[in-house]
Amino acid sequence: MTTSIGKRALDDAGRALLQRTARGRSEFEDLVVVPVFAVIVALILGALIMLATGVDLPTIGKSFVALAVGSVGSLNALSETLTASIPLVLAGLGLGLGFRAGLFNIGAEGQLLLGGTAAVVFSFTFPSLPFPLLMILSLIAGAAVGALYASIAGILKATTGAHEVISTIMLNLISYRLLEYLLRQPYIQKEGRSDPISKSVPDAGQLPRLLDWIDPNLRLHAGVFVMLLAVAFVWWLLFRSKIGFAFRASGANPDAARYAGMRSGLVIVAAMATAGALAGLAGAAQVQGVLGRASPGFSAGIGFDAIALALLGRSHPVGILLAGLLFGGLEAGGRQMQVDAGVSIDLIGIIQALIIVFIAAPLLVRAIFPWGFRKDAKGGKA
Amino acid sequence: MTFLSKIGLAAALVAGSVTAASAFTACQVTDTGGIDDAGFNQTAWKGVQDAMAATGIDGRFLESQAESDYEANLNSLLGGDCDVIITVGFLMGDATAKAAAANPEQKFSIVDFAYDPTIPNVVGQVYATDQAAFLAGYLAAGMTKTGVLGTFGGINIPPVTVFMDGFVHGASYYNEKHGTEVSVLGWNPESKEGLFTGNFDSLDDGRAFAQNLYDEGADIVLPVAGPVGLGSAALADELGTEALKIVGVDADQTQTDPQKAHVYLTSVLKRMDSTVQQVINAAMDGSFEGGLVVGTLENEGVGLAGFGSFEDEVPAELKAELDAIRAGVIDGSIKIGG
Repeated sequence: MTTSIGKRALDDAGRALLQRTARGRSEFEDLVVVPVFAVIVALILGALIMLATGVDLPTIGKSFVALAVGSVGSLNALSETLTASIPLVLAGLGLGLGFRAGLFNIGAEGQLLLGGTAAVVFSFTFPSLPFPLLMILSLIAGAAVGALYASIAGILKATTGAHEVISTIMLNLISYRLLEYLLRQPYIQKEGRSDPISKSVPDAGQLPRLLDWIDPNLRLHAGVFVMLLAVAFVWWLLFRSKIGFAFRASGANPDAARYAGMRSGLVIVAAMATAGALAGLAGAAQVQGVLGRASPGFSAGIGFDAIALALLGRSHPVGILLAGLLFGGLEAGGRQMQVDAGVSIDLIGIIQALIIVFIAAPLLVRAIFPWGFRKDAKGGKA
Repeated sequence: MTFLSKIGLAAALVAGSVTAASAFTACQVTDTGGIDDAGFNQTAWKGVQDAMAATGIDGRFLESQAESDYEANLNSLLGGDCDVIITVGFLMGDATAKAAAANPEQKFSIVDFAYDPTIPNVVGQVYATDQAAFLAGYLAAGMTKTGVLGTFGGINIPPVTVFMDGFVHGASYYNEKHGTEVSVLGWNPESKEGLFTGNFDSLDDGRAFAQNLYDEGADIVLPVAGPVGLGSAALADELGTEALKIVGVDADQTQTDPQKAHVYLTSVLKRMDSTVQQVINAAMDGSFEGGLVVGTLENEGVGLAGFGSFEDEVPAELKAELDAIRAGVIDGSIKIGG
C-alpha cells in the first residue's frame, strides 16, 4: 500500500514536472519564436507594401539594410536605439504591471505628460541644488505626480466602479489641455516666448549623457540605468513581493483574491499608482535626458506605443525590455531608412503595426510556420 | 580622408545607388505636418528640389513626426554626408543652435528663425510675411459679403502670428480707406491672443475651427497652420464658395491642393523655396556666411498669389488698389500696423 501511494505521488510529481517543462517550452515559443517569426512576416509584408506603392526592389533592399544599420549598425545607432527605448520601457513596465493586476490602463500618455512636466517644474524651481540630488529629486517628482494622476482612475474604480479604460482615456484628454494651460503660466513659460513652452531643466537636473566624451552627438543618457533598475524592481515587485502577489492574484481572479482576504480596492489603487509612477518616470527621463524642457505633446505617443509594447512583452519585465529595444531599434532604424533610401517614415509605422498584429495573434503565426513549433506544444496529442 | 572617401564610394556602388554620387548633398529636416502638406514643409522642400533640378545636387529629407524628433533627426544627418543641413521651422530653433554649436564645421540653415546674435555656421531665413498678409487682408475685406473675416493659427509663435497680424492690419486699412466696418475674428494683434489649434497636422481641427468661424459669420477664413488648413478648404468645398472662401498660406494652394483649388480666394506666399535655394547656392559657391536672409515684398521673398477661380469676381478697382498698396509697402509710405 505504502509503495503504491508513494508511486502514485511520484507519478503525480513527475507529471506536474513534465507539465511545467512543457509549459516552459510553450512559453519559450510564445516569448521568442513567435516574435521572431512575427518580425520576419512583418518585414516581408512591409516589402510587399513598398512594392505596391511603387518602390523598386533595390530601394527596398537598401531600406532594410538601412533599418539594420540605423538600429544596431554603429555606435550612434545603438545609442539612438537605447535612447528611444528608455521611455518606452519605463512606461511599458507600468502598463504591464497594470495588466498583471487586471487593469487595462490606457492613461500612460497623460501620466507621462504630467510626470515629465512635474520633473521640469521641480528642477527649475530648485536650481541651486547640487547635481545628483536635483536630478534624482526631479525624477522622483515626476514619478510622484504620475502616480497621483493615475491613482485618480484607481480611486474612481475602487470606490464607484468606473471602468479604468474610460477614466484613463478621459484623463489623457484632460492632461493635454492641462499641460497647454500650465505651459502658459508665467511661472512655467519660458521668458520671451508667447507659445506654450516651459523653462529649461538646469544642468544639475539633467540625466548626464554617457557617451558625449566620444562624440557630442551621442544622446544616450543615464536614464538607461533608471530603465534597468526599473526592470529589476518591477520583476521583484511582481514575483517576489507580497503586494505583487496580490496584484497578480487580483488580475487572475478578482473574486478568489477577495475571498482570500486581499483588499481589492487597495490593490487597484496601488497598482494604478505604481503604473502611473513608472509612466511619470518615463516622462521625467524624457525631459531630463533628451528634451530638456516640456512643450505640448512632448510625449509623442510614447504612452500609447507602450501599450503595444507591454502586450508584446507579455507583461513580463524582461519581455517588455526586449520589446522596448525592438521598438527603439525600429524608431532609430526607421530614421535611417528615410535618410538612405528615401522611404517614408509612415512605412515604419506600418511595419511596427504588422509586427504587433502578428505577435498578438500567435495562432496565425503558428499556422504560417507550422514547422517552427512542436505540434503537441498545446498538449492534447492523441 | 581620400581612403575613407574611397570606401564611401565603394559602399555607394555596392549598395547599387541608381544616381551617381554627387559632389554636393543638401539635407532637410521638416517640421511636423509632413513633407506633403501642400504648404509650409512642401514649399521648403521645393527649394531643395529646384536646386536638384538646376544644379544636379543630391537632396535628402527627414520628416519630424513630433517635437521630440527634431534633435534625433538632426543627429542622423550629421556625420559628414550633408554639405548643408536645412531645418524647417521656428520650433527647431533650439535644436539647430545646439547642433550648430556641437558641429562648427557643418553648415546649417533654418527657416523661420533669426538668432541674435547670429551663429557663424547658421543662416536664418525669415520673412516679412505681414507685408503679403496685409494685401490679403485688404483683398478679403473688399470681398467679404458678411463684413466678418476669420483667421486661426497652429501655435502662437511669431512666424504664424505674423500672417495674422498682417491680415488684421490689412482689413483695418481697408476700413480706414472705405469707411467700412469689416471685423476679423480669431486674432488680436495688440494682446497677441487668438484662435490656435495647438498643432500643425490635424485636418479635423482645421475643419472644426473654420466651422466655428463660419458660424460666427465669417465668409473668408485664413488658416495659418500648414496642412490643418486643408481641412478648412474641405469645409469650404462642401458649403460652397459663396458661403466660405479660404485664403491659402505659404504656397499658392490652388497649385498644391488642386482638388480644392476653387475655394482659395488667393494665397499668401512665403517663398521658402527661393530662400532655401539661395542658401544652397551660397553653400555651393563658397559664399556661405552665417547670418540672415530676409524675404520681403520687394525681393519677392513674400507675395500674394493670383485670385484663382475668383479672377473675374475681384473688381478691377480693388486689384488696382492692391497694386498701389504693394508699391506703398515697398517704398515705405504705408506702414503695417503703424
